[in-house]
Amino acid sequence: MEILMCIIAGLLFAAAVYLMLSKSLLRIIIGTGLLSHGTHLMLLTMGGLKTGAVPVLGEHASAYTDPIPQALILTAIVISFGVTAVFLVIAYRAYQEIGTDNMEQMRGMETDD
Amino acid sequence: MINLPILPILIPLVAAIVLLFLSKNVQAQRIVSAAAAAFTIIAAFAVMMKVEAEGIQTVDMGSWPAPFGITLVSDMLSIMLVLTASIITFCVILYSFRSIGSGREAFYYYPIVQFLLVGVNGSFTTGDIFNLFVFFEIMLMSSYVLIVIGGTKVQLRESIKYILVNVISSAIFVIAVGYLYSVTGSLNMAHISARISEIGAEPIITVLAILFLIVFGLKGGIFPLYFWLPGSYAAPPAPVLALFGALLTKVGVYAILRTYTLFFYHDQAFTHDILSLLALLTMIAGSIGALAYKDVKQILIYNIIIAVGVLLFGIAVMTEESVAGTIFYLVHDMIIKGGLFLLGGIMIYAAGTSNLTKMGGLIRLYPALGWTFLIAAFALAGIPPLSGFTGKLLIVRAGFEAGEYVGAIIVLLSSLAVLYSVVNLFMAVFWKNPENKLPEEKKQTASLFIPAAILVVLSVLYGVGTEAVYPYVMQAVDALIHPEIYIDAVLKE
Repeated sequence: MEILMCIIAGLLFAAAVYLMLSKSLLRIIIGTGLLSHGTHLMLLTMGGLKTGAVPVLGEHASAYTDPIPQALILTAIVISFGVTAVFLVIAYRAYQEIGTDNMEQMRGMETDD
Repeated sequence: MINLPILPILIPLVAAIVLLFLSKNVQAQRIVSAAAAAFTIIAAFAVMMKVEAEGIQTVDMGSWPAPFGITLVSDMLSIMLVLTASIITFCVILYSFRSIGSGREAFYYYPIVQFLLVGVNGSFTTGDIFNLFVFFEIMLMSSYVLIVIGGTKVQLRESIKYILVNVISSAIFVIAVGYLYSVTGSLNMAHISARISEIGAEPIITVLAILFLIVFGLKGGIFPLYFWLPGSYAAPPAPVLALFGALLTKVGVYAILRTYTLFFYHDQAFTHDILSLLALLTMIAGSIGALAYKDVKQILIYNIIIAVGVLLFGIAVMTEESVAGTIFYLVHDMIIKGGLFLLGGIMIYAAGTSNLTKMGGLIRLYPALGWTFLIAAFALAGIPPLSGFTGKLLIVRAGFEAGEYVGAIIVLLSSLAVLYSVVNLFMAVFWKNPENKLPEEKKQTASLFIPAAILVVLSVLYGVGTEAVYPYVMQAVDALIHPEIYIDAVLKE
């Protein structure tokens, strides 16, 4: 099971890298979304995917799944959620101000003074 | 009081929340944020005295014993850096009163600065690797806002690149933490260190070491990963740039220092060779940039990269002496970079441009500014009575003793490049006859000059009073060279 998850996470990373290397800003942001999905999936896998009850004590099971990676993922999800929201808004503002979403046309230095 | 180490994190946090309610009352915001920064300095100083008297201070949050809860650890290194960061933030806040502009002030500038201080102080203090990630994110999220606040075209353009790079490095950080968790089964840094020394020099540990180097290298601006830094740091206004230049990259350097002394010291032949190679390339790349540009901001920004290279070389040599030099140089570099960027901001404000070819002759109107900048420039290069000297001396000597001749010589040559770049800056801005006519009337710069001068004076005192600082640095070195001290203090075995 872990091997399958690793392959899926790897595919997500590959797609994310491909998208982040493209010219359009929106594709880049979609790439960051896929990157964080891959990251969170990887975190879950690294904690181990052994079968066990959900980590709720009322279950009275003999074995539970590891609760720590789930807490870490929850934290990482909200953080990447916040960052993505900021990123999207800044991309929108940049589109309004600069008038392009092409990263090739967002090079620096020529107007810096 | 047992919860003392949390105060440098808690005070700016509470201040930031209070400031959110005061957003339209600029005067109240200024008072609250300056007072909060002053209290943070006092709290950090109190913790430092406590650490000096009683050794490493730890706080188990929520009273859970060490490996299970989050532990805050104030050893001498982290509390020295917390104190330095708080002092710099205080000076930057004073500087911002005049320079940042009422538009930004009314749009949550001061609360964000406080949140940045929360993130920086938290990163220095935490003893939990995932908590370090969270504090990194607090710091980075504040820096995203600070880099874009004001919304000019340059800022929007550069903030997109800055956010993208940091999103990627944060993702790698989370993956690295995941790997580390699957290898050691713990998140507490002391506990991880103990587990890794049980495992020994497994190849996976080396892979993790390189992964963490990539993450922290992206934050800290080391050689192949510094590409985002010159563009992004040139975008925001001077006080924000001073905060970034003094604090953000140094947090990356601190994280490398911490992980490479606490986790990854078992296979030094491989990891530390890579560190020292990257350090040399960082210094060379920074020197080339610092010599190439004719722009106040760019010259100072490339000097950040050189300093990161010097610090990294000190970490790579990894003897008691070189670590002592690294700590001396780290504190010095934070203070002096804060001071230099603030002074640079005044110079840009006074001349109305940051282009060296259009500036000149400012010494007639601003003599105090000019001579202060020259002192800061000499301190940056490491001229003996000033603050940059001791750190570099120790690093170079340790480098020669460890047989790293090339590295030590490049550190010395890089000092020459630093000196040339900043003295060239001084001559071009203050002495050269300007091509265009300069504005004849003198702009009012006293309230900007005082906070910058405080930092330069501090740096001079730090250089002259090396003897007084020395015992503190040696206490910090002791806990870094002997990780058992750190582990015992946290796990209380």
